[in-house]
Amino acid sequence: MMYGVSQIGYLVASALFIFALHWMNSPTTARKAVYAGVAGTALAIVVTWAEPSVIHHLWIIVAIVAGFIVGVPLSRVPLTAVPQRTALSHAFGGAAAGLVGTAEYYLRLSEGPEHLTPFWMVALIAEVILGFLTVTGSLMAAGKLQEVKWVPQRPVTYPLQNVTNLLLFGITLALATALTLHPAAAWAPVIFAVIVALALLFGVLLIIPIGGADMPTVIAILNSYAGLSAVAMGFVLDNKLLITAGALDGSSGLILAIIMCKAMNRSFTNVLFGAFGQVKQAEAIGGDKVYKSETIEGAAQALEQASSVVIVPGYGMAVAQAQHKVRELYDQLKKRGITVKFAIHPVAGRMPGHMNVLLAEADIPYTDLIEMDDINPDMPQVDVALVVGANDVVNPAARSDKGSPIYGMPIIDADKARSVFAIKRSKNPGFAGIDNQLYFSDRTWMLFGDAKGVIGELVKQLAGGSGMH
Amino acid sequence: MIATLYVFVLASFIGLGVVRRVSRLLHTPLMSITNALSAISVVGAILVAGGDYPPRIRVLGAIALFASMTNIVSGFLITDRMLKMFKTDDKSGGRGRT
Repeated sequence: MMYGVSQIGYLVASALFIFALHWMNSPTTARKAVYAGVAGTALAIVVTWAEPSVIHHLWIIVAIVAGFIVGVPLSRVPLTAVPQRTALSHAFGGAAAGLVGTAEYYLRLSEGPEHLTPFWMVALIAEVILGFLTVTGSLMAAGKLQEVKWVPQRPVTYPLQNVTNLLLFGITLALATALTLHPAAAWAPVIFAVIVALALLFGVLLIIPIGGADMPTVIAILNSYAGLSAVAMGFVLDNKLLITAGALDGSSGLILAIIMCKAMNRSFTNVLFGAFGQVKQAEAIGGDKVYKSETIEGAAQALEQASSVVIVPGYGMAVAQAQHKVRELYDQLKKRGITVKFAIHPVAGRMPGHMNVLLAEADIPYTDLIEMDDINPDMPQVDVALVVGANDVVNPAARSDKGSPIYGMPIIDADKARSVFAIKRSKNPGFAGIDNQLYFSDRTWMLFGDAKGVIGELVKQLAGGSGMH
Repeated sequence: MIATLYVFVLASFIGLGVVRRVSRLLHTPLMSITNALSAISVVGAILVAGGDYPPRIRVLGAIALFASMTNIVSGFLITDRMLKMFKTDDKSGGRGRT
């Protein structure tokens, strides 16, 4: 009887989850998505908790309360820290799958080997490997994003790296096969523990050769892994809601990863095994070309005289927390009747959609946030392109220089605007370690300094010039 | 068993179809909401943590339950917080005539 009730509850929850993702297709309906998601999750929790097999309640209550205590502060992080938070939550998701898988294995083992069918073992091992790999992989990614001291920021490579990884993968696969065939052998629990250890090691090894600029893709891939580990858990527990929710999460991560890869003109394998930005650094243009710098006054004047301005934000805007100052600049320009749009590159920032969220936080209407493909045809008519902490996504070398590591990557055509002002913290190359040809263009003027400071000065200049009676 | 595989394949197709249509503006909230949705592994954790099993098994379930619950709470809250920020021009109101 109870079985029927909980199954119907799961079915309704699955439907609500699909509606939730459907409502994410537009900002006007998106908040309904959250309500649907919460309703589905709450329903699933209630019907599961009401199962007759659940007899101990204290630990459940304690764990739920602890989840709230940690979860609420984690939802209040500044939006610039959202990539780290997301990576961390993938680690939690992976941990949940890995731990439940471990518990299930030892449970069934004690109940007798007849419960350990090959299909079940394959699902279980997949759950445990994906789960624990996601834990350490995501923790490494979160460490890189948070710039934790002992986590290397630059890609770490060593000789025979891919061979070593492949070899370890082969060993894991062999152990997994042995465990599937003899799940109740005397040595099986030991092999199980070794597989867990290898999965944890794998997570670390997969992330250390990947640089910061590739983080959007990596986060999306880890998202996919976390989803797939939930799917595997669904197979282990024969629970269709878990399979559905995991599949939705997995396909979402996959699609985002594909979008990110396309936006960088790179393949999955290249992102995962390419050790980007390490090898080709020597090909940088070098110091024989000179930047033209411009004063705040000059830049303010040029902005005032423009009739259309496009702002190209990048990770530098996030680092400097400059989005609110950007909003003030936007207001100043709008007040003068100037058209202001934002050009958003899919991989600007450290996770998919990062720039949109930061600018939305600063109250910039989302109708002025324009995707790369939609704004590029208009760039030649733009009077001023203002680059705020973006680097590789506006580097024309991606179009012209076959030797450049970013060659072929689609970029925002800032260089085609009538004039370009680029705000840059220092004269060092960007995250990918590549010099940017845009900065040496005849039409480009540099504004050196912290993005927040420079834009603040621009705003002051513009406000001072017009605010007088 | 084959029924569960069916569910997986069909749900993946639905997922691919639905997610493809998600606005690019909302990719960050998409990630946080799918994260909260996949924390539905909480149901597995409840069954392990609350079942009639030895404590060393149940403690694994309780930790897993804590981890999923953290994702559910923080995932939905931060998604809602971000979505609230997406406004059109008329609502934002700050077009400022001085």
